[in-house]
Amino acid sequence: MPDLAALRRRRHAIHGWLLLTPALVMLTTFAFYPTVATLWTSLFSRGTRRRPTEFVGLENYQRLFDDPTFWLVAKNNLLYAGVTIPISIALALAMALWANSKIPARSFVRTAYFTPTVLPMIAAGNLWLFFYTPGFGVLDQIGALFGAPSVNWLGQPETALWAVCAVTIWKEAGFFMIFYLAALQTIPPDLKEAAQIEGASRWAYTRRIVLPLLMPTTLFILVNAMINSVKLIDHLFILTKGGPSDASKLILYYIWENAFAFFDAPAAAAMTVLVLAVLGALAAFQFFVIDRRTHYR
Amino acid sequence: MTGTPYVTLEAVTRQWGGKGGVRDVSLAVPEGAFVSILGPSGCGKSTLLRLISGLEAPDAGCVRIAGRDMTARPASDRGLSMVFQSYALFPHLSVRENILFGMRVRRVQRAEREAKLAQAVAMLGLEGLEGRKPAALSGGQRQRVALARAVVSGHPLCLMDEPLSNLDAKLRHSVRRDIKGLQRRLGLTVIYVTHDQTEAMSLSDQVVLMRDGAVEQVGSPRALYADPVSTFAAEFIGDPPMAIVEGAALGRPGALIGLRPEHLSPAASVPDLAGIVCEVEYMGAATHLIVDHPAARGLILSVPGHADWRPGQRIGLHLPQEHRVLFDAQTGKAKKDPQQDYGGDRRQTAPRDSRKAPQPHPSTD
Ligand SMILES: Nc1ncnc2c1ncn2[C@@H]1O[C@H](COP(=O)(O)OP(=O)(O)OP(=O)(O)O)[C@@H](O)[C@H]1O
Ligand SMILES: [Mg+2]
Repeated sequence: MPDLAALRRRRHAIHGWLLLTPALVMLTTFAFYPTVATLWTSLFSRGTRRRPTEFVGLENYQRLFDDPTFWLVAKNNLLYAGVTIPISIALALAMALWANSKIPARSFVRTAYFTPTVLPMIAAGNLWLFFYTPGFGVLDQIGALFGAPSVNWLGQPETALWAVCAVTIWKEAGFFMIFYLAALQTIPPDLKEAAQIEGASRWAYTRRIVLPLLMPTTLFILVNAMINSVKLIDHLFILTKGGPSDASKLILYYIWENAFAFFDAPAAAAMTVLVLAVLGALAAFQFFVIDRRTHYR
Repeated sequence: MTGTPYVTLEAVTRQWGGKGGVRDVSLAVPEGAFVSILGPSGCGKSTLLRLISGLEAPDAGCVRIAGRDMTARPASDRGLSMVFQSYALFPHLSVRENILFGMRVRRVQRAEREAKLAQAVAMLGLEGLEGRKPAALSGGQRQRVALARAVVSGHPLCLMDEPLSNLDAKLRHSVRRDIKGLQRRLGLTVIYVTHDQTEAMSLSDQVVLMRDGAVEQVGSPRALYADPVSTFAAEFIGDPPMAIVEGAALGRPGALIGLRPEHLSPAASVPDLAGIVCEVEYMGAATHLIVDHPAARGLILSVPGHADWRPGQRIGLHLPQEHRVLFDAQTGKAKKDPQQDYGGDRRQTAPRDSRKAPQPHPSTD
């Protein structure tokens, strides 16, 4: 009955495609098509009423590379990622280890840590705006108690980016902690007891057993943190608007400015393509290189 | 088996909200002995072992190891190793690293580490598996890795919590022998938790039978078998366990009479007890007849070879006088019967006075 087998195989294939369709439609509409369209746009000149768009090849990219603001923004974003990612992950891990141990009011501690995550980024931005405001902001008031001079955290180029980093870390650490907490709870308690009996100190147990077992989680969080370091810019709108003199401007904010403030869609598209390429390369590196050295249970 | 006590528990209690755990347990484990802690599920065996290991701290009482008070000391100071029921192997480490873990954290010299590793690997037949992760091992192999990890520590005391319960029956037999061999070769003091009485009986020098968080009876396997202190002990030990008959049916009201299955036989003439065969189990070398009688429980008659009995048949049983063990009907404790000749060999451990109290009062200990 070869016909029947072939028929059944085809039925399976159709079944499979039917199951894939919804995801495929969504992804195509909201991810694949926009990506291709962006790539396409980035290859054309900006159309004005007098001069229609025309194919210009890589000219938009060239223009971008000649733009000092682009380089400043890229540098800002690298610093922003380089500061927020390791600190928020380390903080998340520390908080998770603490909130997972036998402490009084454990669920209160967990909730407290998680609260920033529940707040919308805009609300968090407003909250921190109040902290940072010179004169009557909380930071200044505390500073004044110790006789420190008033600091305009958001208003000077030297501190603006760091102030923005602090908000992001505050916001993300609690979120990542949840993943670590979940992962910690899957580690069987007898591993700890076995390590204790073998004479391992708390630190030795954490370093040799817990951290390696948390590697998959760390990898997952790392990917998320990297994406967020590009994606999470809501608070910029509230806090600094990229200022002063672009000191706290990040790539996505600059893309937004190009597209919707300067109406330079091709420049925004070119930048978007570059960002996508970098993120894609990072993701590939993580999944193919680090992943192979990570223990999955 | 008569060495100095290596591990001593003195009136140790550990309970959660007044429930569970163990209460008022005293115990002396001789050096170099193989001691089993036996009992039904939930009777506090694991709790007792964890108290000895230091993973659990007692509410009251004192734990001594090698003559030193260890009650307040952490597990790592107690000089013992432990094999967990789940094996507790580190899933991300290879067999080699699992075995070396303890020596690494204790900063043992490299040369010594390697020598001990090689020795343990050879001893437990783990050659060729050193590079594998635990997930890539069979249950029996994991078991042996856990044993190897305990052995390389070189501690004279090894605690095991139902180490064989995840293995199939056949493997269990072979690993059981391995454990016993290892214990002998290394002169280890082993405290071994199990709920399987066959395991406890066949391995141990001494069995600690537990019930509801307290020690019911301590003694050699032989003493437990021949001289149970209560109906609980009688019905827990032996396969099949002791049959219990109400004394009234045998002319001894107020008592319970226990008999080992091997002492029951079909009556030749006038039966002591007549019951109905309700199940016939053919075991190969013997046939078990499960006999129903309103005044008895656990009446199982073992007849050699294949016996031609069918369910529903009436059967007359002979219950030899000399093998009857008497228990108090109220307390379930063994009682000494003046009319009975127990024979010198039966009295191996003298039951404590409270155990043979014949007064019909409900036990509160
Ligand atoms: N951490 C705990 N909190 C509360 N009750 C507990 C705890 N640990 C044990 N118990 C209780 O103490 C009693 C004895 O538990 P234990 O684990 O010692 O039993 P066990 O004899 O080892 O049983 P099993 O053969 O099933 O392993 C049980 O009733 C259990 O519910
Ligand atoms: Mg247990």
